[in-house]
Amino acid sequence: MSSATTSLSPAAATDLANRKRRSLIIVLCCTVIGALAQVLLKFGAGHLSHPSLWQAAMGILTNPYLFFGYACYGIFAALLVVALRDGELSLLYPVIALNYAWVSILSVVIFHEQMNALKIAGVTVIIAGVAVLGRGGSKA
Amino acid sequence: MSTPPSAMALVLVGSLIGSVGAAFLKGGAVALTRHWTSLAYNWKLLLGVTMYMVSSVFFIMGISRGELSVLYPMVSLGYICTLAWSRIFFHERITSTKLAGVGLILVGIVMMNLGSR
Repeated sequence: MSSATTSLSPAAATDLANRKRRSLIIVLCCTVIGALAQVLLKFGAGHLSHPSLWQAAMGILTNPYLFFGYACYGIFAALLVVALRDGELSLLYPVIALNYAWVSILSVVIFHEQMNALKIAGVTVIIAGVAVLGRGGSKA
Repeated sequence: MSTPPSAMALVLVGSLIGSVGAAFLKGGAVALTRHWTSLAYNWKLLLGVTMYMVSSVFFIMGISRGELSVLYPMVSLGYICTLAWSRIFFHERITSTKLAGVGLILVGIVMMNLGSR
């Protein structure tokens, strides 16, 4: 029932805390890249509503937005795995919700979608939730 | 546009598969060492990525058939299941701070989707 840190030496426990903090920072960068990926894909796939598998495959090869969008997704996935080596799943998985926040902000800036009070409040609440998680994670 | 039960089922199943996939990603990530074989033969990682992609297909199918404001709260099941897997498989502590953080995030997601109608 007790966590692993209670059985480690002080030096090892500090090292574990540092690695956990580093994994959180990695995931924070991850979410930005993931949001960039979604925006790029939205740019690239704008004219296709329900692409067939063949159209999707050709699209990735010929459309630079789709290509870089999926490349960003790959980087996002790789960074996430690196972060998961050290970080706790219960901490890092919810932080990915920041993705929604960044996509919302980017959508307003790039696609000129409407911003309203609920969206702003929602983004703020998500960021607050992530901040709470960040504090809670490093204490354990 | 109303939200048929099929849309809700798709999003629920998608959330479940996504959370299990995330657990496999964690399991596979922990097994990584500097040696290339820990990546090449890492079946948990491969399974995790596959499940993640499958879950996004379920999501896209479900979301196209129903209203976001009804469907997005179902995403919360995925977050709760992930907390469960973290506890069961990786013996992570579920502190009240973590629960508060996840709760805030879920509220924020619902607010954002209400704002997107």
